[in-house]
Amino acid sequence: MVTLKELSTRPEPLTGGHRMCPGCGAPIIVRQVLLAAKDPVVVVSATGCLEVSTTIFPFTAWKVPFLHNAFENSAATASGVEAAYHSLKRQGRFDKNIQIVAFGGDGGTYDIGFQSLSGAMERGHDLLYVCYNNEAYMNTGVQRSGATPKGATTTTAPAGKVSQGKLQWRKDLTEIMVAHELPYVAQATTGNWADLTKKAEKAFATRGPKFINVLQPCRLGWGYRPEDTAVLGRLAFETCFWPIYEVENGVYKVTKPRDKKPVAEFLKTQERFRHLFKPGNEQLLADIQQGVDAHWAKLLAKEAMTAGVKK
Amino acid sequence: MSQQKKPGWKELAIGDILPAGTAEKFETGDWRSERPTWHPERCIHCLFCWVNCPDTSIIVENGKMTGIDMKHCKGCGICAKECPVKPDKAITMGPER
Amino acid sequence: MAKFVAKTGNEAMAEAMRQINPDVVAAYPITPATEVVMIFAKYVADGLVNTEYVPVESEHSAMSACVGASAAGGRVMTGTSSQGLVYMYEILPIASALRLPIVMCEVNRAISGPINIHCDHSDTMAARDFGWIQIFSENSQEAYDSLIQAVRIAENHDVLLPTMVTTDGFIISHCLDKIEVLDDKDITAFIGKDRKPNNSLLDLDKPTTLGSIDLQDYYFEHRVQVAEAIKNSKKTIIEVANEFAKKFGRQYGLIEEYKLADADYAIVALGSTCGTAKVVIDELRAKGIKAGLLKIRVYRPFPAEEIAQALSKIKNVAVLDRADGWAGQGGPAYAEIKAALYKSKTPPKMINFVYGLGGREIDKDQLAHVYDCLKNIEQQPDVQYLGVRE
Repeated sequence: MVTLKELSTRPEPLTGGHRMCPGCGAPIIVRQVLLAAKDPVVVVSATGCLEVSTTIFPFTAWKVPFLHNAFENSAATASGVEAAYHSLKRQGRFDKNIQIVAFGGDGGTYDIGFQSLSGAMERGHDLLYVCYNNEAYMNTGVQRSGATPKGATTTTAPAGKVSQGKLQWRKDLTEIMVAHELPYVAQATTGNWADLTKKAEKAFATRGPKFINVLQPCRLGWGYRPEDTAVLGRLAFETCFWPIYEVENGVYKVTKPRDKKPVAEFLKTQERFRHLFKPGNEQLLADIQQGVDAHWAKLLAKEAMTAGVKK
Repeated sequence: MSQQKKPGWKELAIGDILPAGTAEKFETGDWRSERPTWHPERCIHCLFCWVNCPDTSIIVENGKMTGIDMKHCKGCGICAKECPVKPDKAITMGPER
Repeated sequence: MAKFVAKTGNEAMAEAMRQINPDVVAAYPITPATEVVMIFAKYVADGLVNTEYVPVESEHSAMSACVGASAAGGRVMTGTSSQGLVYMYEILPIASALRLPIVMCEVNRAISGPINIHCDHSDTMAARDFGWIQIFSENSQEAYDSLIQAVRIAENHDVLLPTMVTTDGFIISHCLDKIEVLDDKDITAFIGKDRKPNNSLLDLDKPTTLGSIDLQDYYFEHRVQVAEAIKNSKKTIIEVANEFAKKFGRQYGLIEEYKLADADYAIVALGSTCGTAKVVIDELRAKGIKAGLLKIRVYRPFPAEEIAQALSKIKNVAVLDRADGWAGQGGPAYAEIKAALYKSKTPPKMINFVYGLGGREIDKDQLAHVYDCLKNIEQQPDVQYLGVRE
């Protein structure tokens, strides 16, 4: 496990001077993941907040090689980079070891980039895909995505007089990645650098396709004060709203909060859930708690079920 | 007009390509409405501020914090919030001057 | 040693790909182009090439992976057709804007709907405005020769544009033809063993950002760079064709004239129809009718000056379009040739035939009918659909 002191001596992958919102979680995730790499990294990013805010010509915040292609294809694009890397290496035309990392938001990963991600993972490319998951289309102004949690208000599934935000439970993309039989899949959040960095280190040490789904509080879309980006990540973990766990070759390892807090403690911190606390929405709030509990119980059961399995 | 200072298509490298890290030249310090102040005497150099800074604005040399890059810091306050030093934090936020 | 063999268009393209030996191929199956990458995949499996083959889950990902691989400095190829090309459309202009010299084998096939698997040019024509160089082939030999030239053209540092070489679905792609296959070593020498990129994602000593966001202040300049590259690529296309002719004996140009110089009646066409037209012209000439052909080989860049020059002394011209322009004014080639002739002092009288959609047969009789129509061009409508039932 690398220390912060050691991390701080590594080359900085991302400069300041980008145009992400103050307190944005995405660049924190980028830094914590990329600093964990011992080898040089090559980054591919989907269109989204991260890409548009870090590369406004002629200013790029990336100090590492960086490629942006389009919205839905960062996994496929990264698979092409990986193919060229292997081809040139095999031919003796490139002699270094690199890590290829693709970033995508939840829109570019859960929704429009889902097929590209699935294909790249199934083909077994040696790359790490990191979803910076802020649970909606934040770049275009907080629209609902497949990652948006039940009850959250977004601009395309807003809370109104007769509707209370998104009606559906979010897609469990991490489990879909597990079903791809990847050697390494993990969930993480902001606010726990040691956990995320360790997971990134594990991913980099694993050959083949890797996927890490990182919950990224978005002050704009979630509605909270910018200094709370790390705090909210931890609260999501402590309430089991966003369990942090890893699956290594099918074997689950779940990080348990010391005391599992009620999900309302997480929800009440954010504007996007404010309507859930109005009179009349008690049942919806109870449904969300029940959903979180059921998901958590399933996760623990999977951990127990795979405990004896050889990794 | 600043437009005239920008390179034309004949001068620009082809293909929308940029050398790495040019955003360092773009200053976002004027975005701040709140300003962090570092109190070196309280600092334990845990680097929690550094690892949680979205704007790479905590300056660290030889494993120790040495200051804040005010040209790029947007004043989000995560560094102050994450500072574990008690009772008084090693980074505090106040209004931007 | 070069040798004569019987090959279909798809086999000829796959053979050229083997000899080009790209670093990466990313492709997805689609009729009638599947064979190209299928044959090539066997070359990979048999270790005959150095290529990393990426069997993607869609054409969108095929072009996306090509962009990634080309940005990483590789020599990159793909193949597709029809819906596959349409599915790539979003990424095609990104490939050209990022100046990535990807080379594509494109087998012309009608686009849906209704779904149809046979030849017309609607897929390639709809992709004409994405900053790709487009080369049409009359037969397998041309497809083979042009694919080899395409690598040199695309990778030329004055060009750096992706390039598609097209054949006509089934008519060329699946028909056996006698072609001369060149020697492997001669091809390697002609195209250069490896691509020599100016910059690459894998250049760790000189890290770069590629594909940044351009706003009002830079987008225009980068687009003009592409416009200039496309314009200037004409010179490179001709130079490469001339060098190819010098080395291998077959001469190509942006356009080809067949018995055009003294023709009274000419048709303009692209692709396999030109072969049929040449037979008809010979038959008409035997009857004393001065018929001729202008074949457009390179559609992007559009050889407007060359076409205007070639047609300047012709009285009556029929432009044959194997695609409709869906603009109520005939096919795309007709519209662009009309524009090319706008400043001509002696423009010919000109009409348009849209023909062969969805693989509808185009035969000698129909082409002879077109020449017949040219005799009384004044009585002809501006645009006609040839061979359609009313």
